[in-house]
Amino acid sequence: MSAAIDKNSMHRVVIVGAGPAGVRAAETLVAAGLVPVVIDEAPRAGGQIYRQPPADAGFARSKRTLYGMEAGKADAVHSTMACLLPKIDYRPDTLVWGCGAARLDTLHGGRQRTVPYSHLLIATGATDRVLPFSGWTLPGVYTLGAAQIALKSQGCAIGRRVVFAGTGPLLYLVAYQYAKAGAQVEAVLDTNPFSRQLAATPRLLRQPSTFAKGLYYVGWLAARGIRIERGVTLVRATGDKAVQAMTYRDSDQELTIPCDAVGFGYGLRSETQLADLAGCRFRFDPINRAWLPERDAAGRTSVPGVYLAGDGAGIAGADAAELAGRRAALAMLEDLGNPAGNANVQAQATKLDRQLANIAEFRIGLEQAFSPPADCASHWPDDMTVCRCEEIDAGALRRCIRAGEASEINRLKALTRVGMGRCQGRMCGAAAAELLSAETGKPIAEVGRLRGQAPIKPVPLSIAMTDEAEEGDHLAGIPEHARDE
Amino acid sequence: MNETLRFDVLVVGGGLVGSSTALMLAKRGLKVGLFERRYCGAQASGVNYGGVRRQGRPAEQLPLAVRARSIWDRLPELVGTDGEFVVSGHLRLARSEADLAALEAYAQLANPFGLDLQLMSGPAFRRRYPWLGAAAVGGSLCPRDGHANPRVVSPAFARAARAAGADVREQTAVTNIVRAGERFVVEARHDSGATIEVQSDWLVNAAGAWGNTVAGYFGETIPMEPIYPNMWVTEPLPYFIDHNLGVYGGGIYARQVSRGNVVIGGGRGLGDGEYAQPLTETTRTVMRAACALLPALKDALLLRTWTGVEGSTPDDNPVIGFSRTTPRLLHAFGFSGGGFLLAPGVGEVLSDLVVDAATNTPIDAFSIKRFA
Repeated sequence: MSAAIDKNSMHRVVIVGAGPAGVRAAETLVAAGLVPVVIDEAPRAGGQIYRQPPADAGFARSKRTLYGMEAGKADAVHSTMACLLPKIDYRPDTLVWGCGAARLDTLHGGRQRTVPYSHLLIATGATDRVLPFSGWTLPGVYTLGAAQIALKSQGCAIGRRVVFAGTGPLLYLVAYQYAKAGAQVEAVLDTNPFSRQLAATPRLLRQPSTFAKGLYYVGWLAARGIRIERGVTLVRATGDKAVQAMTYRDSDQELTIPCDAVGFGYGLRSETQLADLAGCRFRFDPINRAWLPERDAAGRTSVPGVYLAGDGAGIAGADAAELAGRRAALAMLEDLGNPAGNANVQAQATKLDRQLANIAEFRIGLEQAFSPPADCASHWPDDMTVCRCEEIDAGALRRCIRAGEASEINRLKALTRVGMGRCQGRMCGAAAAELLSAETGKPIAEVGRLRGQAPIKPVPLSIAMTDEAEEGDHLAGIPEHARDE
Repeated sequence: MNETLRFDVLVVGGGLVGSSTALMLAKRGLKVGLFERRYCGAQASGVNYGGVRRQGRPAEQLPLAVRARSIWDRLPELVGTDGEFVVSGHLRLARSEADLAALEAYAQLANPFGLDLQLMSGPAFRRRYPWLGAAAVGGSLCPRDGHANPRVVSPAFARAARAAGADVREQTAVTNIVRAGERFVVEARHDSGATIEVQSDWLVNAAGAWGNTVAGYFGETIPMEPIYPNMWVTEPLPYFIDHNLGVYGGGIYARQVSRGNVVIGGGRGLGDGEYAQPLTETTRTVMRAACALLPALKDALLLRTWTGVEGSTPDDNPVIGFSRTTPRLLHAFGFSGGGFLLAPGVGEVLSDLVVDAATNTPIDAFSIKRFA
């Protein structure tokens, strides 16, 4: 594949992520005459929300079945991408695992490839925010996102009798999708009380149609007699070889629901590692309860030439991602000196800014309605696994913290190994930070941020054998007679 | 000043050198302070490769290395943890006949120090190490060398120093040092903003890559450059690497920990003297060399790369011993990537110098005078 370089300049624009943000950004750039490189980890465009089943594998369910009320939007994103294909340098099924000065390290089909960029849009999306409970590592316990992907991408369910637990809009949506697909939804266990959701209503009404859909899912579940419990605490999943029951606490009593699968999650967390490796400055965001790369309203980061859009820059949902993708692409065009001479850039940008501000209010409302349980970490039993890669339990973390050894998250990692395994803290980092905050009494904003290190996801050592060098690429020499061993 | 302190000895720098010095001095009854501007054992001491290796060191380092090595056997009683220290043996590999000859010459030089180096090559070597790639044609085994976990060892020395009575202060940066009469007057600032003034009879500069900052107060900086050794770790693999591995001529090194992860080091990352990051080009070069040496690694997954900031001197030897300009100022920095094994021994040597004014361990080669 040849390097896509804008013919009029040496600019080389790279978009990472082909979800709603990445696709809309590519569309905007193509309209201005640029030929962006679009790198996506998935084999087909759409991101997680509009994820498509594998091509040519005999999956025949309609978009209406796959995406429900979002089918129109999903179809629009997919169709846009289909039209863009001849006009962009599209690299699906490609993991970006590292980032250096103006250069991405990618892995595709087991092969390493270096992709230089002059301008980079990071639209890497989000994963579930995982907060553990006893037994969360049992087979049959999935995140809500994984439960949804199984259904959307593979047409299979995580179980026949499923409990959905945690909080967030996805909780009700996935329960609805499973029930519609024919699974027996045993219960929906929301850790937030209904009162919080009522209190958030004024803000949620900033996006009335989205709010209405949320109400519809809840109503649909209730109308079919599906048990919905609110204001509960998740206690434990139990089972011999796989999950067989989910126990929760409601007021003072513990209740147990037999099941063969659990889907759980507490909203979403942004995938920020690439921004971290690109050198972007981070700030603590109280709405997301997480460290996020700094960006201005248009999506510019602290690093010139690096932009952010979509849930990877803070959770705002798919509609906002489409707008933010467009907005960041316009910012990029402005910074490139508006190469197409488009007179409307400013007007378009102003309109997008207004729409995004509206969604930001809605987003605050969502967080109000579905905030993660504030004091969950103090209830975690010592023998509960926090970091499943390294098998570190809450007790090990508490001992380290209570001995006064660690009051900062990277120190806790160094001393206990939490976050050192395959996931590099992407799954367990939030839980470790909550525990550290609970134990030290420090606000979560003050316990620090896990520093990112390449590779963003594990890569085989064999990539070293499969280099495809590109311009300006070179291998470093190893110093001879070095004694640093 | 918010706080005024008085010490016999103030150690600047909470790496393994500073912490072990504070520990040894406290155990010998002195009133010791240790100031670390970040966290103890969190810089090069905590993020290095973890080699506990005498083999391969130049002759002038061997007496100190041998003394230091004997301390590693006593870690549990000394610092309350074994630091995951494993006496795995250190196998230094040859990739050519010339390398083999060099390893043989080195054995002649080092064996009088008790390293007990055993040379191997040919079919017997191949049979003993079927998991090594064809790139390795022989090697030299130092059976009593090994490896340990720096993340665990270095903070443990600081903890032990504190338990032994040293006043260990983290997040406490030295902001000024002057000499007033026979004493050092040191000003420091805690991250909270609180300031501290210290009067101390002795000062130990164990500031690692930042050693010149302290030496600079006394007009004796040395030509030291920051280096950023690059490290990697794989996912856990079935146990197959028996020894801590090195290669003649340097380049790459590898060890497998009890959980099964393989830790690999080699080449350099990038940095600005204060912070450092791994370099992809280095990753690709070193992984290529690692796969040639250990073919089983080819299909393994790489979990993480990292690096740290270390001070390197022109002759790769550290500065250890008395100041050239100032009485009762001791230096111990610039370990050039080879300090992990040595550090506990350096702590003992410095405590000798403070308490006895001399040490039995030859350290003349490490004098700061060589840079005057």
